[in-house]
Amino acid sequence: MSRSLLPVLTVLAFIGVIWYAAAVALNAPWAYDKAQRAGVELTLPALVSDTWAQDKPKLPAPHQVGAELWETTVQKKVTSKRSLVYHAWITLSATLLGFVLGTGLGILLAVGIVFNRTMDMSVMPWVIASQTIPILAIAPMIIVVLNAVGISGLLPKAMISMYLSFFPVVVGMVKGLRSPDAMQLDQMRTWNASAAQTFWKLRLPASMPYFFTSLKIAMAASLVGAIVGELPTGAVAGLGARLLGGSYYGQTIQIWSALIMAAALAAALVGTIGIIQRVTLKRMGMA
Amino acid sequence: MNKHMNEATITQTIETAPGTPVIAARGLDLTFQTNDGPVHALRDVSLDIAKGDFVSFIGPSGCGKTTFLRVMADLEEPTGGSVTVNGVTPAEARRARAYGYVFQAAGLYPWRTIGGNIRLPLEIMGIPRAEQAERVRRVLELVELGGFEKKFPWQLSGGMQQRASIARALSFDADILLMDEPFGALDEIVRDHLNEQLLKLWERTGKTIAFVTHSIPEAVYLSTKIVVMSPRPGRITDVIESPLPKERPLDIRDTPEFLEVAHRVREGLRAGHQDE
Ligand SMILES: Nc1ncnc2c1ncn2[C@@H]1O[C@H](COP(=O)(O)OP(=O)(O)OP(=O)(O)O)[C@@H](O)[C@H]1O
Ligand SMILES: [Mg+2]
Repeated sequence: MSRSLLPVLTVLAFIGVIWYAAAVALNAPWAYDKAQRAGVELTLPALVSDTWAQDKPKLPAPHQVGAELWETTVQKKVTSKRSLVYHAWITLSATLLGFVLGTGLGILLAVGIVFNRTMDMSVMPWVIASQTIPILAIAPMIIVVLNAVGISGLLPKAMISMYLSFFPVVVGMVKGLRSPDAMQLDQMRTWNASAAQTFWKLRLPASMPYFFTSLKIAMAASLVGAIVGELPTGAVAGLGARLLGGSYYGQTIQIWSALIMAAALAAALVGTIGIIQRVTLKRMGMA
Repeated sequence: MNKHMNEATITQTIETAPGTPVIAARGLDLTFQTNDGPVHALRDVSLDIAKGDFVSFIGPSGCGKTTFLRVMADLEEPTGGSVTVNGVTPAEARRARAYGYVFQAAGLYPWRTIGGNIRLPLEIMGIPRAEQAERVRRVLELVELGGFEKKFPWQLSGGMQQRASIARALSFDADILLMDEPFGALDEIVRDHLNEQLLKLWERTGKTIAFVTHSIPEAVYLSTKIVVMSPRPGRITDVIESPLPKERPLDIRDTPEFLEVAHRVREGLRAGHQDE
C-alpha cells in the first residue's frame, strides 16, 4: 500500500503544480485588464493571488474548486437544489438504470449472436453502426420523442445510457461466450451435452472475465450517457444540468466541481465493479 | 443330428461371444477439404479391437492417429468405409455415452474444483446427486487422488491434472476409453508412474482402451496390440500382438521379449517412412 502511495502522491503533486501554473497563465489577461482599468501596476505576487481567486476564472485553481465542492456537498442539505450530492444522485439513478438495461440488452444480444448464425450475420453490423452515430446528435431526439409520448424524467436519460452501455457488453460477451476452445467444446460433445448445458456449464462461466471488463467500460459509458441526456432537456437537475447551467453563466468553478464530482462518481462505480470482479473471479478460481 | 446342433450352437456363441469386436473399422477413408486442397488423413483403415484390449496407435506426426480416434468418438465424419462401436454407429455410441475421451491437455475447468470437474459429466448425464458424490470419490481413489477433491486445478501438478482428467473420463463408467497422447506433455518419470497406474487401472476395470502415443516404449509397455501407422495418406502398416504377459512391472522393459517387440515397432515405423 505505502509503496503505491508514493508514486500516486508524486503524480498528484505534479498535476497540482501544473494546474496552479496554468491557472496563472490563463487568468492573467483578465487580472491585467482589471489592473489597467484601476490604473495600478501589478506585481507578481499580486498577479498570482488574483489569478487564483477570481470569481469567474477561465481556469479555477484547485483550492477554489475544493472550496466549492465542500460548500455544495457537506454544507448543503442533500435535498437542496444547490447540493451537488442531490445533482449527483439524479445522474447516478439514470446511470444505474441505463447500465442495468444496457447490460441486460447486451447479454441478450450476445447470447443470440453466439447461438444463432442469422443473428450473428444480421445484428452485429447494426450494433456497430449504432455506435458510429454521435450520441450528441441523437440524444435530443430521444428526449424529445419520449417527451412527446409522455415519458420524461429518469427514463429518457436512462435510455441514452443504455444506448451507450449495451455496446461494450455485446462485444465483450460475444467474445467471452466464444472463448471456450475447440477441445472444450468437443469434450462437451463426447458427453452428449445439450446446447443449454454447454451454455450454463461452459460458455457462461468461461465468459466471466470478459463480462466484468465489459461492465467497467459499460458503467463509464453509462455515466457519460446520463450526463449527455441531461444537457438538452433544459434540465434543472443532474450533473449535466450543472455543467450546462455553469457554462451559461460563466460559472467555471461550478463546471469544474461538477466535473470532479462526475469523475469521482465514475471512479467509485468502476471501482465497485472491480471489487466485485476480484471477489467473484477469486471465488471461481479464475484470478 | 446331435453333431449338427452342436455346430449351430457354436456359430451362435461365436457371434455373441465376448470376442466380438468392440470397435470394428472397415475400409475407413477420411479426406479433409482444406484451402490448400484435400488432405487424405485416413485411407482404407480396417481394424478390430476386442473387448478388454489395450490398443496403442503409434506413427509419425500427421499420420491420422488423432483423426482415427475422433472418428470412433463421432467427432469426425468418415468420408468412406464404416466403423462400429459396441456394434452401433459412433453417433449412437456417443449418445449412449459408450466411451470416455481423454484429450492431450487435461482441460479441467479452472472455476471448478477437482471434484467439481469430475462431477461435470455426471451432472450433464443427470445422475442423482448422492450417486455423483459416491462416484467422484471412487474414481479419485482409482487414480490415487483421494483427498484432492476440494482443490482447484491450479493447485495440482500437470501429472495430477492429467490423472484427474482420466478420472473424469472414468466417472460415468463407459466400457471404452479413448486416450489421445494423454501423457505427451509430461516428463519421463511422471509418465512412467502414470503408465504403471494406467495398466493397473485397466487390469482392475477390464476396460477397452485405445491409446495414441509417440513413444515406442510406452506403446510396448502398455499394449496388448500395437497399431503402427504411416502418413500421407494415413494408413495402418502393421498390427503387432504383444506376447508380453498381462502382469508388467516397469523393469519388464529390459527383458529380451520387450526389446524384440520394440524393435519390430521401430522397423514398422521405418518401413512406413521409406514408403514415401
Ligand atoms: N480439422 C482438420 N482439417 C483439415 N485437416 C486436418 C484436420 N484435422 C487433421 N487434419 C490433417 O489430417 C492429417 C492427420 O492429422 P491427425 O491430427 O490425425 O494426425 P496425428 O497422427 O494425430 O498427428 P500428431 O501425432 O501430430 O498428433 C494431418 O495432415 C492434418 O493436417
Ligand atoms: Mg494427434
